Order: sequence, then C-alpha cells, then structure tokens
Amino acid sequence: MNVAVCVKQVPDTADPPALDPHDHTLVREGRLIMDDSDSYGVEMGLQLVEAGGGGEVALVSMAPNGETTGLRSALAIGAARAILVSDPVLAGSDALGTAKVLAAAIRRLGPDLVLAGTESTDGYTGTTPVQVAELLGWPSVSFAKHVEISDGLLRVQRQTEAGYDEVTCPLPAVVTVTAGVVEPRYPSFKGIMAAKSKPVEQVTVAELGLDPSEVGSAGARQQVISVEAVDARKAGEIVVDQGDAHERVISFLEQLKIL
Amino acid sequence: MDRIWVLAEQHDGVPVGIVLELLTAARGFGDVVEVVTWGPSSASAVTALGQYGAAKVYDVGDIGESLPGPKLAAAMAAQISGGNGPDAILIGATHDGRDIAARLSVRLDLPVLTNVVGFDASEGGLTTEHTIFGGSMMLRAVFTGGAPGIFVIRAKAFTAQPAQATEPQSPEVVAIDVPETGASDAARVVARHGEERSGPKLDEAAVVVSGGRGLGSPDNYALIIELARLLNGAPGASRAIVDAGWVPYAFQVGQTGKTVKPMVYIACGISGATQHMVGMKAAKNIIAINKDQEAPIFTIADLGIVGDATKVIPRLIEALRARR
Repeated sequence: MNVAVCVKQVPDTADPPALDPHDHTLVREGRLIMDDSDSYGVEMGLQLVEAGGGGEVALVSMAPNGETTGLRSALAIGAARAILVSDPVLAGSDALGTAKVLAAAIRRLGPDLVLAGTESTDGYTGTTPVQVAELLGWPSVSFAKHVEISDGLLRVQRQTEAGYDEVTCPLPAVVTVTAGVVEPRYPSFKGIMAAKSKPVEQVTVAELGLDPSEVGSAGARQQVISVEAVDARKAGEIVVDQGDAHERVISFLEQLKIL
Repeated sequence: MDRIWVLAEQHDGVPVGIVLELLTAARGFGDVVEVVTWGPSSASAVTALGQYGAAKVYDVGDIGESLPGPKLAAAMAAQISGGNGPDAILIGATHDGRDIAARLSVRLDLPVLTNVVGFDASEGGLTTEHTIFGGSMMLRAVFTGGAPGIFVIRAKAFTAQPAQATEPQSPEVVAIDVPETGASDAARVVARHGEERSGPKLDEAAVVVSGGRGLGSPDNYALIIELARLLNGAPGASRAIVDAGWVPYAFQVGQTGKTVKPMVYIACGISGATQHMVGMKAAKNIIAINKDQEAPIFTIADLGIVGDATKVIPRLIEALRARR
C-alpha cells in the first residue's frame, strides 16, 4: 500500500497574507510551513499504510523556489520521502496548472492512493485534488470524514450537506479528507532528526515532461483588474459581564424586534 | 453574454438554495439562461427552475449510485464539444458542484474561477468579483481563456428572486447523454445518511446561535440548542467543535461549512478564526460572547460580551423563559 499525499507549503498563518502589487499573485516569500489542512492527509496516509502492513507515504508538492521547510515537518512524523516540483515557471499557477504538475509527479510515484486536503488555507479554491483525479483518469471521493481500506476497496464516509454518504471506491483513487478525520501525531525528536536525511527529490517542469506554457502565470487564463480591501465591519459596543450582561443582550434583541 | 448555464443540483425535486441564487444572478447578465440537472427526481424540479428563469433544462437523469462529478462533467463536456456550449457556466460551491467543476475544467482544459461573489457585464465582457483572504480583500478579474468560463460561486452572494414572468414559465426539457466515463466513475454510493435537525434551517434562519470551543465541553452545546429554540433560530457551530465530534458537520458555519446571513448571529465561545468569519460576517447583526477580550470575533461584533458563555447563556435562557 503506497500512498501519495499532496502537501502545500503556505505562508505562516502568523504573517498576514499579501498579493504581489504587480502581478497579483500570492506572495510566497518568507517562511513557508506545511498547510495545516494537509496534516490530516499525512496522518491518514500513515495510518492506512500501517493498517495495510507495508508500503510507504510519499509527499508531492510544488513551489516556485526550492523551499522544503514545510515538507520536513511531514517527513518528521513518518512520511518516507518527497517529490518537490520546483521551478521558477510555476509562479502564478492556477488550480488547473497546479493539478497538471501534481498529476505528472504522481505518475512518477505510481501510488495506490492519493490523499489531499479539501482545500488550502491560503487559496481555498478546493478544486485541485479532483482535477488531479480527472487528469489521471481515476475516481475520487471528496470530503471524506472516515476512510478505511479492506480487500483493496476504499470505504469512505463522505460528508454531504445533509449528512454523510457511505461510498466504496476501487484503487487507485484520489480522496480528499476533512480536518478532524484523524488526529495528526506530533513529531518526536528522533523523527525530526531523521527527517533531515530523508530524500526530497527536486524536479523541474521540463523533467516531468510538461510544457511550461501550461503552468504558471502563462497557463492561468485570468487577468486581475484590481484588488481592494473590503470595508471591514467595525467593532461595536463591548460589555464586560458582571452578572448582568444577559440584560444587554435582551435589550439588543428587542431593538432589532427579534423579541 | 448570450447564453448561461447554471448547474441545477436538486434533492427530491427541490433545487438547492444556491441554484435559485445563481439563476437570479444569471438573469442579470445573460440573454438566455439554461440549466443542467440530474437525479431520479429531476423532473419534479423543472417548474421551480422555470419560475427562476430557466428557459431550458438539460437533464442527465438518474445517475444511480455514481457520484455526480464524472458523469455530469462528461455529459456537459460532450454538449460543449458538440457545439452546444454556453458562454459561461455557473456552479454553486457545494461538495458536488466543486467536484463537477473540477472534472469539467480538465475535460475542457479551461480553468475554474472560484470564490466568485459578483458579476459585472456592464462593460462588454464579464468581470467577476472574488473574495480572497477570508473576505478581507476583493479581487476583480476577467476570464481570458475563451468560452465557456467556469465559475464556482459562494453561497449567499446573491439573493434569490423569482423571475417576473408575464406568463407561466414551462422550460423545455432535453435529455442529454452521458458518454463512457471509464474508471473515473468507479466510486459507488452504497448508503445515504441524513442528519435530521428540527426547527428552521441553518442557512435560512433569521437568528443563528453558534457555539465553539469556549463552551468547554460537548454537554454544554445543549445551551446553544435551547437558546436557539427560544429565539426561533437555528443552532450552528465552529469547525473546531465539529472536528472534535461534538456536533455533526451539518451544523458547521464557515468557509468549509454553511454560509449564513441571518438578522442576528450570536457567537458563543467562538474566538473568530478567519475560516469561521467568512461564513457569518455578512450577518446583519453580530453578538459575540467570549471570555477573551482579545478574541478576533470582537472586531466584527456589534455587541460584544466579555464573559464566560457557559454562565451568560443560562441567565439569558432563564430571562427568555420568564418572558414567555
């Protein structure tokens, strides 16, 4: 059982996100960390490999520069290796361009299962994993809240707006997992040290056999006209509760004619 | 724009809310609005779709136990490559909608433009508005890839309004075929589970009372349910307590849950992660109850109560009961 997990390295959420004023792409300089929503896929992958009694978890990621900090934290909790597609032409890639790159890297690995988060915390387009599935010609199950494999068949509880569906799916397949599907483990000191020597293969777009015009800002067919701050809501009245704050809530609801 | 398609997800013959929102938006800039639908009860949805302006219904019909993504994308791509394509395709940001958009995008080799909250066709082409960074910034863009543009739209970006038809609308229904989808369509839905809830629906209620980690324990969520009931509202939740298993996903408000726009939103023990605020900052009024005065939720609350939600809510419940 070999699992590939798509991992995105995103700006540290402690730093406010920003757009480049010239080309309106996300600024990805500075420290990059593993997207928190990807830690669930990594943990899920590790558990499925452990339950399957063999195989490994490999990470698949892309970045315009050779940044690997975010990958090391996933290697530290047990992923065996990583492929990082690193190429300056990737700057400004949209979801489809990203999916083409990830699909090409996944073909190199040939895993039984691809796991990804439902959406990234910085771009949150939420389409890339299923685009990867379509590019590979594989089935996909999105929004998984429970995943198990028995007799080579995936059994997934898929969140729906009304509740959840039980879905079966043969391998190979792409599954997107929700936060909370599993509890990600913490890295041990030994794991952190071991991660430093785990292989991170860096490949370029050309080495994957992709045409550079399909990826990066060249492949993104959207022209940004403007970016503006939205009028923020203002903070209103603050009441420190001294045993009577509920009365202020009641009078507020009365003003609104809710009561 | 000559011709717009709206993806019409429906359950038991009732179009989901965002479909009516999208039909309303599409009427604003499209000359002809058509829908693509599927499902065993799709025929029952035709009248409602017509009332909101659909001139034609392309019906894929019953897809059995398949997930909608592969079959709907294949059916739509076949129409488009056969020359029967629209100028724009509007898809609601539901789970199935996003799957369909993603697969259609690959089949057409066209990007999907996501998190759309507005359209402007006043200057010839179609300009779209997208919220980014949790709604703090608005990005305006034009799609340069050639028709059709594929747009995924956030819930509650538009207010649904029936078309002002002078005569009853009865859309033409056209059955469309699904080409061979191969291995991509191998997933099977073997059982469906609804998480029943009583009272007004979360995304339609005038009052929403949501709880978060600050409630301290799952048992205290009963306070949220009771307060919501007394206010004839709907109970909601932050992602943190859904992930922790306190309440089902159907209660979740936020980027990955429901977008709500009630008259009053009462956030109890919710600190206000960006992820949550995206789903509720459009509420007309926001009341926040939280122990931490520095919590981000207070930066958008019209009334902020700095206090322990598990102490304030019981007094609120008692006072509301006394008024009955």
